[in-house]
Amino acid sequence: MIGLQGVWRTYPMGEGVVHALRDVSLSIAAGEYVALIGPSGSGKSTLLHILGCLDRPTQGRYSFEGREVGSLPDGERSLLRRNRIGFVFQFFHLLPRLTAQGNVELPMLFGGIARDERRERATRALASVGLLPRAGHRPDQLSGGERQRAAIARAVVMNPAVLLADEPTGNLDRASAQEVMGVLEAMNRQGLTLVVVTHDPVLAGHAQRVVHLTDGALSGPPEVLTSTVEA
Amino acid sequence: MALLDLLGFAIGALRGHRLRTALSVAGVAIGIASVLTLTALGEGARRYIVDEFAALGSNLIIVLPGKVETTGGVPFGGVTHDLTLEDHGALARLDRLRRTAPIVVATETLRFQGLGRAVPVLGTTAEYLEIRRLKLASGSFLPPGDSDRAGTEIVLGTRAAQELFRGENPLGQMVRVGPARFHVVGVLAPRGPSVLGFDLDEAAFVPVKTAMRLFNRTSLFRIVAEVRIFADMDQAKAEALALLKERHRAEDVTVYTQDAMVSSFSAILGALTLTLAGIASVSLVVAGVGIMNVMLVSVTERRAEIGLLKALGAAEPQILLAFLAEATILAALGGLLGLAVGAFGVRLLGLIYPDFPAAIPPWAVAASLSLSFLVGVGFGVWPARRATRLDPVAALARR
Repeated sequence: MIGLQGVWRTYPMGEGVVHALRDVSLSIAAGEYVALIGPSGSGKSTLLHILGCLDRPTQGRYSFEGREVGSLPDGERSLLRRNRIGFVFQFFHLLPRLTAQGNVELPMLFGGIARDERRERATRALASVGLLPRAGHRPDQLSGGERQRAAIARAVVMNPAVLLADEPTGNLDRASAQEVMGVLEAMNRQGLTLVVVTHDPVLAGHAQRVVHLTDGALSGPPEVLTSTVEA
Repeated sequence: MALLDLLGFAIGALRGHRLRTALSVAGVAIGIASVLTLTALGEGARRYIVDEFAALGSNLIIVLPGKVETTGGVPFGGVTHDLTLEDHGALARLDRLRRTAPIVVATETLRFQGLGRAVPVLGTTAEYLEIRRLKLASGSFLPPGDSDRAGTEIVLGTRAAQELFRGENPLGQMVRVGPARFHVVGVLAPRGPSVLGFDLDEAAFVPVKTAMRLFNRTSLFRIVAEVRIFADMDQAKAEALALLKERHRAEDVTVYTQDAMVSSFSAILGALTLTLAGIASVSLVVAGVGIMNVMLVSVTERRAEIGLLKALGAAEPQILLAFLAEATILAALGGLLGLAVGAFGVRLLGLIYPDFPAAIPPWAVAASLSLSFLVGVGFGVWPARRATRLDPVAALARR
């Protein structure tokens, strides 16, 4: 479903250039659960942003559901983000002025979905993360775990093909982290493709496949890593 | 994205920053209120002047002998007829004219005992008092009756009476004008110099027939007439002209209205009002810059939100519209508040100075509301464009 071929991402920095990604080739099948791990600055987040169409490869090809999307115009890429891709962030990024319900409705607001349908779908999404009783609370009235579960409900409310999570438990205590990962894995079991960026090896251990990044390059063939996890 | 949802989102964002919203609304409100108040003052000044003119008699028409035209084209072609007392008599019978008065004028020396004073002497009839809205300090004006009656009454302007009688009561006294003797029947109340450049305080008034004999004239200086209904000014003017043309078998008189003068004054003061409104609009521009400032701060502060909206699939035009809607709502709220404050201020002014007819003209209401709308859109565009250009990766990374 996702295919990267020889992807580079470089930034100009002073006189020289920084190579955030070097010749990354990676393919992810529909329904897979992949963990991206690596030390800080290894390019995990850059890779995730390219997968999420928030950033473009400097060089190389990115095909998403069989379509070359690395060079699509901005308008088409925002449609892709709206309908096919869900994001979960380390710092939740909930709008503080909106209730949990309002935050979950946000992508549908910009998607032009009618009010009644927004309400109904948001309610279902909140129920699927077990947050229905807290639907009317604003983020400052929710615990960290609850905030992240609201963010997950928001990410899946448009029925995306893939969920991209950037350190989803990085800001949570152990219990909340387990709770959040439980929700994510349950969604994966129902067929949602899941890509999680983390530097927590325990968390990565739950994934079907672990992809290591070091200095912007993949380290070790993915097949080897997959078999290690299964062993 | 539906318009209602867009507005709802924008209003939600504004409610999230109440103080900032209130301050920029206040900025626009002050601008709009000052535009309205100054316009009302200018409009009040215009009305005040127009009313003053009406008090002088803006519903007057004035008939002069002679035609304003280029002459000499045809040798011996035209004959200019004099304006006579008979012409006056004919005009007086016109239904649209309430009152008419013939006028002859000459400067003569009034003598009382040893004193003499040269003053303009007007020969006219009793109706002149009402036409010119003159007031008497004592006695009466010329006796009413036929303009053919040659009486020996004289009415003095207030300064003429003071200078000639030096504190004595002039009523019933005898005054000589050349060889003729007149007895004083009344003195006018002080009036001040007229806008028309003729000082009635200095003048003396005698019956028109007597004056014509005294000045050795057969023709009138002019005829003034008061039109019954102000709206009929143009018809009255045309009828008077047609009547005299018929009588003289030529168009050899000029009829003009004092109204023409009023409208030129009105135009000047209208320009003044516009100038005041223009000066006040500067404050609207300041308010617009204020909105721009607030929106720029808002864009900077809400980088994470904009990044999130982009990640959630909001298209750039949607983000542009959302921020533009915020700026427009700020300006529109400011416009409405300013309208209320301005209307209140003008009413307050009316309570303090009841004689000054300050009023907000309807065009100013429409103009200031559309101006505030334009300010919102105009000064909102740049911040909104900055919001759409934000790189979502950089915007999301910060926290």
